[in-house]
Amino acid sequence: MEKQTVIELRNITKRFGASVIANNNVSMDVKRGEILSVLGENGCGKTTLMNMLAGIYYPDEGKIIINGEEASIRSPKDAFRYNIGMIHQHFKLVDVFTAAENIVLGTGEGEKYDLKSAKTRILAMSEKYGFHIDLDKKVHEMSVSEKQTVEIIKVLYRGADVLILDEPTAVLTPQEITRLFDVLRAMREDGKSVLIITHKLNEVMEISDRVAVLRKGEHIATVNTADTTEKELADMMVGQKVTLNIDRPLPVDPELRLSVESLTLIGTEGKPVLDGISFGAYGGEILGIAGIAGSGQRELLESIAGLHHLESGTVTYFNPKKDKPITFYHKSYERVMELAHEGMLRYADGRDFTGKDEYGKSLSKKTVKALVNAGEIFFKEDEVINLREKTPLQIRELGVRFSFVPEDRLGMGLVGNMDITDNMMLRSYRRGKSVFVDRKAPEELANEIIASLQVVTPDTHTPVRRLSGGNVQKVLVGREIAAGPKVLMAAYPVRGLDINSSYTIYNLLTEQKKSGVAVVFVGEDLDVLLALCDRIMVIAGGKVMGTVDARTAKKEEIGLMMTGAAPAES
Amino acid sequence: MSVFLISAISIATVLLFGCVGEIITEKAGHLNLGIPGIMCMGTAGGCLGVSLYMGALSSPENASWILLVLISILFSVVFAAALGAVYALLTVTLRCNQNITGLAITIFGGGATNFIMSFVDRTHFDPAGKLISTPLPFADSLGVFGQVVLGHGVFVYLAIAIAIACAIVLNKTRVGLHLRAVGESPATADAAGINVTAYKYVAILSGSAIAGLGGFYYIMDYIKGSWENASTIEGFGWLAIALVIFVLWKPNFGILGAFLFGACYIVAFVISGITSTQKEIIKMLPYVITIVVLVITSARKNRENQPPASLGLPYFREDR
Repeated sequence: MEKQTVIELRNITKRFGASVIANNNVSMDVKRGEILSVLGENGCGKTTLMNMLAGIYYPDEGKIIINGEEASIRSPKDAFRYNIGMIHQHFKLVDVFTAAENIVLGTGEGEKYDLKSAKTRILAMSEKYGFHIDLDKKVHEMSVSEKQTVEIIKVLYRGADVLILDEPTAVLTPQEITRLFDVLRAMREDGKSVLIITHKLNEVMEISDRVAVLRKGEHIATVNTADTTEKELADMMVGQKVTLNIDRPLPVDPELRLSVESLTLIGTEGKPVLDGISFGAYGGEILGIAGIAGSGQRELLESIAGLHHLESGTVTYFNPKKDKPITFYHKSYERVMELAHEGMLRYADGRDFTGKDEYGKSLSKKTVKALVNAGEIFFKEDEVINLREKTPLQIRELGVRFSFVPEDRLGMGLVGNMDITDNMMLRSYRRGKSVFVDRKAPEELANEIIASLQVVTPDTHTPVRRLSGGNVQKVLVGREIAAGPKVLMAAYPVRGLDINSSYTIYNLLTEQKKSGVAVVFVGEDLDVLLALCDRIMVIAGGKVMGTVDARTAKKEEIGLMMTGAAPAES
Repeated sequence: MSVFLISAISIATVLLFGCVGEIITEKAGHLNLGIPGIMCMGTAGGCLGVSLYMGALSSPENASWILLVLISILFSVVFAAALGAVYALLTVTLRCNQNITGLAITIFGGGATNFIMSFVDRTHFDPAGKLISTPLPFADSLGVFGQVVLGHGVFVYLAIAIAIACAIVLNKTRVGLHLRAVGESPATADAAGINVTAYKYVAILSGSAIAGLGGFYYIMDYIKGSWENASTIEGFGWLAIALVIFVLWKPNFGILGAFLFGACYIVAFVISGITSTQKEIIKMLPYVITIVVLVITSARKNRENQPPASLGLPYFREDR
């Protein structure tokens, strides 16, 4: 028996600004009593498309047809009128209210306010679909899964027949996912339509009747789950490989700069955000990190930069000091003696420097100082430093630099209301002994960056906030590169940039690689990762799924790993 | 002793009006530091109403109690709400910083009140004050109880009634649920189809109107129409804002809290044989208590007794 169509989307197009097309000519349909997965990578427009059904956005072009009639959904309230309800990733609940209060909020206008009879109705509904819920519990005392339950009931209570869930399993434990799926199946049996926005292939296969695949804003296909495989879906999701012309020289003498061993970080929800991550970053190569957004990329880089309290694991930095003279610039006399005892130092002529004279007596502080200041003492090997013992500032001073471009671009690293010079000074204000900061050097640096990266700005005194996104990012990345890093970690440096600006940034990173810097690049676009990097590490759910050679790896293979499928054996 | 209690209740009434007004405003997510100025404005409005009504009569003896009370309340409410509307326009519609706006409103309100009072005809304030503070019937015949409990003008009972009504509305009705939702999480309220802007405006305007009555009560009832300047009322306004924190944003607690604050305020004037330094120390007590309450509630990390989660934050729908 053919199921009845509830919603039809006809040629929907949605643009943000002039250049960003979130959805392009999308047509698909939703049937009564089915679970439909909307599958796609980050930024493929799946949430935007669903938001148009929920009344958050309004399509620029195209029609939404509900039960055979053209619908105009301009607000969440309108959506409810058409019996469509969406459960967003960020729950919209009032923390200090009970579950019941949240559920009835905004409903029953004109009726008597009667929480008791509302509760009876809610309980009957919970019974029907198999929810477990304590209606008098306050939201702030609830687990994520309970909050999600409240959100779902809230939508059902308003009479929704079409439920849209945005990444519902992202924050749940496996047991909670099983329970959620049971509930969703019960709803399907009841004739409701359930749409799940997701990028997890195994869940798609498990729960859905049909799958709609989106890629770069376009609807690729809608297939019956029973007729497809994970592999086929992954191929549809990532698409054909696009060749980008990015200059990629072979790494020259890669040397281990950064070694991360079984790094584990527990997030605020009490679940591990990073789960036993191990990898090495080598000087002279670009290590790409691929993964679905929120798989722990940000936390990983932040952990290395010393911004998190780690549960376990080590972060070791090999300061490139081999055959370089030791100085007192960052080292105290005590540290020099320590390194001497560890056998890390030698004289210019190759003899070991142990901090002792030929009779085994310790050298005096004065003698050591004289030797060091004369440049007589050299490192035998790279200095090994445990970054977990260092403060974020010390880590930065050691040459491990970190630039993160968050979604709003200004959230981290730059102060929007300050001008370019002042933003340069955020990294240098501690220098010098005067009470007044040195403005001259940052000013020069600002001019240098403007000139070399072609930052479009009236002058160095324009607040960064007023620059366009691309220019803001150039300033951010440029500042970190200007510091002469040994390890450069860049997360999403081309987020939202146009092609030309993106290439400027790619070239900058490649320049850094050529000069021996270990570059760690977190990117969203697999084509870029494959064209720019030397190796690509794929992470999913805070775990390393595998590391592949970017010159030979297949896009589909990485796509499959990103969704948490078994790492490819090569 | 009864003098002390009567005075404490009077001061408590001033604070209770301000406190309940501020609670309603804060429940909508707006920290209105303009309350001291708005209380002044309510005073000016009420006094203007009194002088217009008394001036229109051939003789003060002909004044009707009910008309005098109603007219003065109307004027007081309109003036206070007008200044509240300025605050609402700036903070809700134009999304200005609430603290800065509030301080500006307070400074303006004090000045404007001094200005208005400079030309208001105050000749009839004394008889009007006596008339407004007419106690309930039987107050004289019931001894100390009658004096302390029944011996006040109508505004004292009005304040208590408003506080109780507010507590009921906030906790037992749909309007209260929606208002609290607006103050806690406007985005959630908006998504649930609640008109956030309307709720905010209504809350700020009604909160301001209620607060304004406190200032008017102080001038016309407690000190029977004598006027020096707005600074005393402003002082009560700040105390009322502190009281909101002390009573954990609960209007019904506000009744007891206001009495305690009133007692602390007045005790310094009643105890004889203490130096002026000691007096000032006693007058500081309410503020010290408020700070202690703040320390205790934040240390306990109890989510229930905290200010509304979105207090002080402007709401943009497009931000979602």
